Formats: sequence, C-alpha cells, structure tokens
Amino acid sequence: MDLLANLALGFETALTPANIFYCFIGVLLGTLVGVLPGIGPTGAIAILLPITFTFEPVTAIIMLAGIYYGAQYGGSTTAILINLPGESSSAVTAIDGYQMARQGRAGPALATAALGSFFAGTVATMLVAVAAPPLARLALQFGSAEYFALIVLGLVASVALAHGSIIKALAMIVLGLLLGMVGQDIYTGTPRFTFGFFELYSGINFVSVAVGVFGLAEILRNLENETTRSVLVKKVERLWLSKDDFRRIAMPVLRGTGLGSILGILPGGGHVLASFASYSIEKKSSKHPEQFGKGAIEGVAGPESANNAAAQTSFIPLLTLGIPAHPVMALIIGAFIIQGIQPGPNVITSEPALFWGVIASMWVGNILLVILNLPLIGLWVKMLTIPYRVLFPAIIAFACIGTFSINLNAFDIYAIAVLGIIGYVLVKLDCEPAPLLLGFVLGPLLEEHLRRAMIISRGDPMTFLERPISAGLLALAALAIIVSILPSIRRKRDEVFVEED
Amino acid sequence: MIKTMFAAAIAAGVSLAAVSAQAQTYPERSITIVVPFAAGGPTDTVTRLVAEPMSAALGQQVIVQNVAGAGGTLAAGQVAAAEPDGYTILMHHIGMSTAPSLYSALPYDPVEDFEHIGLVTEVPMTIIGRKDLEPTTLAELVEYVKTNGETVTYANAGIGAASHLCGLLFMSATETTPTEVPYQGTGPAMTDLIGGQVDFLCDQTTNTTGQIQGGEVKAYAVTSADRLPTLPDLETTAEGGLDMEVTVWHGLYAPAGTPDEIVQKLSEALQTALADQGVIDKFADLGTTPVAQEDATPEAHLETLTSQIELWKPIIEAAGVQPQ
Repeated sequence: MDLLANLALGFETALTPANIFYCFIGVLLGTLVGVLPGIGPTGAIAILLPITFTFEPVTAIIMLAGIYYGAQYGGSTTAILINLPGESSSAVTAIDGYQMARQGRAGPALATAALGSFFAGTVATMLVAVAAPPLARLALQFGSAEYFALIVLGLVASVALAHGSIIKALAMIVLGLLLGMVGQDIYTGTPRFTFGFFELYSGINFVSVAVGVFGLAEILRNLENETTRSVLVKKVERLWLSKDDFRRIAMPVLRGTGLGSILGILPGGGHVLASFASYSIEKKSSKHPEQFGKGAIEGVAGPESANNAAAQTSFIPLLTLGIPAHPVMALIIGAFIIQGIQPGPNVITSEPALFWGVIASMWVGNILLVILNLPLIGLWVKMLTIPYRVLFPAIIAFACIGTFSINLNAFDIYAIAVLGIIGYVLVKLDCEPAPLLLGFVLGPLLEEHLRRAMIISRGDPMTFLERPISAGLLALAALAIIVSILPSIRRKRDEVFVEED
Repeated sequence: MIKTMFAAAIAAGVSLAAVSAQAQTYPERSITIVVPFAAGGPTDTVTRLVAEPMSAALGQQVIVQNVAGAGGTLAAGQVAAAEPDGYTILMHHIGMSTAPSLYSALPYDPVEDFEHIGLVTEVPMTIIGRKDLEPTTLAELVEYVKTNGETVTYANAGIGAASHLCGLLFMSATETTPTEVPYQGTGPAMTDLIGGQVDFLCDQTTNTTGQIQGGEVKAYAVTSADRLPTLPDLETTAEGGLDMEVTVWHGLYAPAGTPDEIVQKLSEALQTALADQGVIDKFADLGTTPVAQEDATPEAHLETLTSQIELWKPIIEAAGVQPQ
C-alpha cells in the first residue's frame, strides 16, 4: 500500500535524532511564543528564518512548522489563565477557559486544551497524509462568492458567542466590523477613518484589539474587586480531569476536530473561523447553553480541538499547491524558496522525503507538545497565585513589548490603552468582547470578498445565488437567523420570569 | 577675524576627519536592510539571499527587517529619514520608480533623498492563465482579450504591485480593457487563478515557476528579452508579437548624505555577494540571475531609476490610476 510506504518514509525522515531535536526546539519555542502575549508565531518564525538557512531543508521546515503549531498550544495557556489571547483563534478559548480558571478549574481547562489539541492534531495529521491532494482541489472551488457566504454564515452563527442579549451581541459584531473598516480601502487605497494618523493606514493592529479589549479591560475590571479574586485562587483543587469532565469533552473534541479539519483547508480566513464556529456549534447543541460563558468545559474543548486541527490541515494547500493559507504559511513558503525548493504541486513527487517527513513530524511534534505541556500545567496554575500587584504590571509590560515587536510601532501601544478603556466600558455595559473581535477579524475579509465577487460578476449580485456552494451557505445562514429568532420569542417570556426572582 | 576663520577651518577639518574616520572604520556594528514587504515574499527572499554573503564581505551581521505597508512607501519613507551612517539601508524593487506617479503626497523623493548603492537582480515576469482558458499562445490570448473585452478578468496583487504594473503595460501594449480584479498579495491571486475564478495574471517568476512546471496554470509568455533556462519552452513577449518588456528590478538604497566611502563599501559588498556561487544558484532556482557587476554600482542604479520613473509616468497616467 502506497500510503504505508509513504508514511514509513516520512517517519524514517522525521525520527532521525537531528529532526526530533529540531522538532522539539520548534515546539518549545512555539509554546513560549504562544505563552507570551503579543509575540505571535509570525514574528517568531520571521526572526528564526535566517537560522534555518544552514539546515537541511526538511529539518528547517520541521522546526518552523513546530513553532507554528506549538504556538497554537501556548496561546491557549494565557487565554485561560489571564484572559489574554495572543491570537484570534485563542480568543474563543478565553471566554470559558478564563471563567474556569476563576472558578479554580484552571488545571482541567489546561488539560482539556492539551488533550483536545493532541487528539485533533493526530486526526488532522492523518487527514493530511490520506487526503491532502483531493482536499486541496476541493478547497479551490471556493471563490470570493463562496467565502462571502461562508463569512456571513460565520457572523450570523456567532450570535451564539455571547451569553447575554442578542441585540447587544449584534451591536458588538457591527462595532467590530466598523473597527475593521479603519485603514486604506483595499481596492483603491483611499484612507478611511484614519483621522489623519498615518499609522492607521494599515488598519488597527489585531493584537492591540485583543490585548486591549480582552486583556486590559479584564485587568481594569479585576482591579475593582481585588479581594474576591485572591479568594478564588486559593480554590485551585485538582489539576486533572474528572470522569465527568472526560464524558463532557468527548463529543465537543470530536466535532471540533471535524470542523477544524475542514475549515483549515480553505486558503485564507478559514482557520480564523474554525474556533469561533466550533464554539457556536457547542453552545447550540448543548443541553445547558446557559453555562457557556460561565466556565463550560465544552467551550474550551471544542474550539481548542478545532483550532489545532485547522492549524494542521492549513498545511494542505501549502504542501500540495504551494499556496499559503495565512501569513505564517507565507513565511514557510519563503523558507522553501530559500532552501531551493520551488513550492507547488511538484513537491510531493520531487521531494517525497520532505513532504512525508514534515507530515510525520507533525505527529511527533504533537506528542512532544503533550509531554512538554502536561507537566507544566501545575507550574502555569501556580502563576495564578502571584499577587495581582505583581502580575498586572508584568502582563501589561509583556503585552506591550510583544505588540511593539510586531511592527515596531509605538502607535499600537497607544491603541491598546484606548481599546482597553473602550473594552472596560463595554464590560460595564454587559457587552461581550468576543463577537466584537470576530467582527473585527472577519470585517475586512467580508468586504474584500463581497467586492471582489461583485467585480468578477461585473456588478451582478445574483452571482451569490447562482453558485451552488455560495447559495447553500447563504441558505444555512438564513435558516440560522430564523432558528435564533424563534427561541428568542420564548426566551423573552423566560426573561419575565427571571426578572421576578 | 582671522582667528574665527582659523577656528572654523579647524572645526571643518575636525568634522571632515570625523566623517572619514567613521567611514574608514565602517562597519563597526550590525547593518539593517529594511524590506518594504512582508517576510516570505519575493523581495524578502531576494534580500535574505544577498544579506548572508554581504555580511561575510563586510565582517558584520546584516539583519533583514520587514516594514510592510502603504505599497512599500512606508519603509522607503522610514529609511529616507534614517541616520545617513550606512547602518540602515533599504532594498526596494521597481515600485521605487512608480511610487512618484502612484502617490501624490509621497514623503520622499526616490532620486534626491537616497544614495543609490547598486542594482541587485532583474526578475522576469510571466503571463499566465487558468488551466482551461481557451487561447494557447500569446497571440491568441491578445485576440481573446480583444474580442471578449470586459468579460475577461485579470488578477493582480494590489495597487503598485509588480503584477499590477505588468497588467497596465499589457493593457497599454494591446489596447485592451479586461476587468481588473485586485487581491491582497500574490498568494490569494494565484489561488483564484488555479481555482479558475479569474482568467489570467502576470507575475514574477519567483511566484509562478512552480505552478507553471506543475501544470496548474497555462503559461503564455515571459516578459524578459531572452527565454528562461528554467522554462526553456516558454516564448518571450517579443517572440509572441507583443511589444512589452518588463522586469522587476531590485536595488539597494542608503539615506541621502551617507558618506561616499560607505556607499562604496556597501556597493563592493553587494558585488561580492552577487558573485557568490550560492547566490547565483539560488537565484537560478527563482528563475532569475544577479545583475552584471557593472550594474551593481551607484551610477547604473541611479540611471535605471531615473529612466524607469520617466517610463512609468505616462503609462500610469494613461491607465487613469488616481494618485493618492
């Protein structure tokens, strides 16, 4: 069987001492980078790129890939512990993960993230090995019309991200979309909402928004009741999952893995949707949706699995077509070129050891990550016992350093301050930051694809309905609206009773 | 009076000596090459390839820093305003010569505000179409675009990108008006071309060679004077009967006022780097070659820059691209 022979070749390549060593270095660096808020894998890989010049091509790619998926692991750690997501994908983990940490369940939250990620990583790696070429073909069916429809569906479904009023959630999405409009018009270059600041031409930095609206706002809110918090921390009981926890996370992990694997393949934007979409699905299918946002373990398990599965399968378009799904993949393409390998459909046939070696190394890397992360959970949880007066300045300083290091732009740090205050006001108004962040991330994509689809169809909006995939996705979105309106009538009645008690 | 003149003379002498001493001991610390585009892109790759042997030639570390934004003008503006001491220099491509026509409020002058160190490479471009596009030769493609007009879609990587410029040139040479579909970078544009969402595009061989060799796209022509060793069967635009020749030339810049000795040292280091066999081999993989040694000089660089600014001005104006 071809697949077995190929995988054997892959493991032979991935299991040489040098490759295991650099795979470990990669995931270790990735975890560290993920834990430090603001310093994302893009920056880390860009900095380390020159070091890999002297490596064998396969070793270089294995290490860079390790940094990338290692960072996906690490990013969830800060999201859970201090509500500071380093990347858009871990923003969702922060919603329930952080609440779990506040309830003294940081250990199970971290363990869930690690186990869910490992399972998803294993499945997704198999998927890459078995189905990469045909799946890449499928993803190419997605043109701008399909992406637009997919994003509309994502935004509609994300109402589930909030656990309060639907109106407020919608308002937050729209605010996010508006924030995403800041910067140069992507097609004409006309500056919009820049208020004369040259720094705003390229838009508001995502990390500034995440750190400000999630991190800083949370810190401000915590300062109001410093005393309650220290009580909460002492309650850290168990570090491991109970039997009941295992039962609760099984299905979310499976669903998250499936969803993430599919969305990760889509070039451009797909991976961003994965964790958001998984959260919506878990909340919708849960028997206790009211627990979401208050420390539901399913809200950590699903998105974490989805996010890691997507991280693995986003290598599919890269390895099979030479197309980068996002900036990190673009950097890895750069690494290919520097190594003298022309990325493209030829890589599988011309460099089989490289192709299969990298795939096998992903699985090796996932094992290394579990070995690395599980013993560290106890250490991370101890972080929570650090007094706030020490922890807060440190978090803010690290976040600012990290943010600054992305573009070397002091303006991004001022943006954190402004967005932090906005975030605090929103928290006070019971408006949730997660839908805002989703709108902010997807807004520019929504506009780009809408306008491009319209350019290609030369102004004919029917293109969205004439193309079957797009029409199907839009129909789903319409269905989601109808479904969410129906129970809202019921919920209004429920609210009457809630007010009374 | 005499005293003051004397003092002034000494002061002038001292400062001159300081400058040349600085130039003689240069470089004493690491040098940063600013790349105006994201890491991983073609310009970034070219820079990183020459940075290594340049570092060996200069005996100091050469660091590559990516400052992407505003079509590459953000980085150029930063380097123009940097200390003219040779420690901050800029790698930029053909966009340096088109920016004055594309941006009305450019915060720098590509000729006056820089010292020109030398040209690095000229990357050819290829005109490619989706796999199932009807025409099979360049002549047929031109005819096809003429017949079908605006229903033909042409992808580019955004305003000011090499693929945008090549498209403008194609339209002006063929007197056609296909619908332009802008993307955020070459990657997504290529994805949609392979997926058959758009009809054709024109981009650097750095980005297209792998796709052409893999049979994912249909190649029509290469825009350089000669055929490419990596794609020997692909005819040139001239062979295909189209009067357009364009290459994406790259050059190294230092801020204006950088001492001549330092510019000279950098230029020599560049020449050494371009003669390095490793660089030649890796450039070949990208479908390009280093420029001849006499072009990796300040004089040749300045000449190319000024003539290119003049060349692009009328083309961009004719295309009706609004200066910003």
